[in-house]
Amino acid sequence: MNAISLRNLDISYGDTLVVEGLSLDIAEGECFGLVGESGSGKSTVLRAITGLAPDWEGEISLFGKARGKRIDRTFAALCQMVFQDPYGSLHPRQTVDATLSEPLTIHGIGGADQRVPEMMDACGLDPKFRFRLPHQLSGGQRQRVAIARALMLKPKILLLDEPTSALDVSVQAEILNLLKRLRREQGLTYILVTHDLPVVSFLCDRLAVMRQGRIVEVATVDALKTNTMTAPYSRELVEKSTTRLSA
Amino acid sequence: MTTREWLLTESPASRMQARLGRSYRVFMALMRNPLAVIGALIILVLVVLAVFAPFFATHSPYAGTLTDRLQPPGPEFWLGSDELGRDIWSRIVYGARITLVIVLLVAAIAAPLGLIVGAISGYFGGWTDRILMGITDVFLSMPKLILALAFVAALGPGIENAVIAIAITSWPAYARIARAETLTFRNSEFIAAIRLQGASAARVILRHILPLCSSSVIIRVTLDMAGIILTAAGLGFLGLGAQPPLPEWGAMISRGRAFILDQWWVATMPGFAIVIVSLGFCFLGDGLRDVLDPKSGGKQ
Repeated sequence: MNAISLRNLDISYGDTLVVEGLSLDIAEGECFGLVGESGSGKSTVLRAITGLAPDWEGEISLFGKARGKRIDRTFAALCQMVFQDPYGSLHPRQTVDATLSEPLTIHGIGGADQRVPEMMDACGLDPKFRFRLPHQLSGGQRQRVAIARALMLKPKILLLDEPTSALDVSVQAEILNLLKRLRREQGLTYILVTHDLPVVSFLCDRLAVMRQGRIVEVATVDALKTNTMTAPYSRELVEKSTTRLSA
Repeated sequence: MTTREWLLTESPASRMQARLGRSYRVFMALMRNPLAVIGALIILVLVVLAVFAPFFATHSPYAGTLTDRLQPPGPEFWLGSDELGRDIWSRIVYGARITLVIVLLVAAIAAPLGLIVGAISGYFGGWTDRILMGITDVFLSMPKLILALAFVAALGPGIENAVIAIAITSWPAYARIARAETLTFRNSEFIAAIRLQGASAARVILRHILPLCSSSVIIRVTLDMAGIILTAAGLGFLGLGAQPPLPEWGAMISRGRAFILDQWWVATMPGFAIVIVSLGFCFLGDGLRDVLDPKSGGKQ
């Protein structure tokens, strides 16, 4: 069964149509990359799947169940999101402990005193950070907290919105390794939105290239690595990325 | 490990320790600000005077002997006596209770009301925002004292009604602040993240938005305390606040007005009390702003 299936999805912000006629099937356990330049609508797709962008037409279903347009708790427990900016995605006045316990409280799940340290350990956070505030943590540590928060409800799907682009290069690798390990250990399905093609080839199995709200091409990561993608725009994107790296 | 090290550690071992450590840091930052310390001391003195009024008062605040009327300040009557021979010092000490009760009640009614109205308005936006802010603007557009006068006139004179009237006139300012603060982070990712976890709007507002608005509102309330005291005194002065024989400071000034040229102390002494306490709240409010307000470059 497909973990995520999108059918003829049109997403708009107000009167502007941002994503048009998007259809995608993502298998359980897969890591799927959505790439494209800024403004191509890739983050918007994630926001629609989570319910943060409720203005859409078409069908979004997770594990065969169609979801409504608003955020609801059943889907919240199934599908969580990690945001781009770890400096903006943690509540500035809440300790790591409070941030991680909150999802459990909302869903009426007990045992926070046991589960919070477990999850911190799984995400590579030292127990001594538990009662610190975000401003006492580094960017990488914050992103680990954000990932831990997303996993507190044991979701099956994790949506990653440029999870490493706000981080230092050395820290990026750590976070990517963490994401890779978590996926293996917990059998997660990922959708990774990024403009960074090396990240896609490191983490993903398949990718879709988006341009101006439409999917240009869906390809395997092998096609990206061997540079055998068919659409001209995809090749252009790969070329831009390699010249930027060599420059 | 000393208590200080335990409080300031970077890696607290429990929720309690983290919370105490944070309060301790705020407290230390406040203590480094001389004006805030003066303000806090003045308010501390006010609180002590109010709580232990019978110990500090040398006479009864209500009973006077007419033969001792209008005595100048001296060893018997420290701040003089009024037209009924009552000791002004004792009346001011007991009046501290009334002032404190008024200030606390107004803050306890107006601040939460303003916070909640502002946060709801800012978080939901759209029609909710327009309606709530429309009501707020109506209240804001009327002069405080006049509106309070109208309410007291409708409800009848007395301290409780003065408190209600002042609270009704002072919440709109807090609603405005809370709304402005809410707007700055309602679309931020940490609010989106908490909504994604399935939190209800009430939970988002109460647990995640209000704590962020509260420091600016606390600052504003402390700065407004002086204004609240003055409004209460103004109502007392006009005879619509505390009723005789209650030793309310504004009412005392009003009584002393008749003798202001020959027996200046009757009106001046409670006036001093009002000025000193108002200053105390202003100093403390300024200090709190330096410590709590993230925008003024606080080191929190």
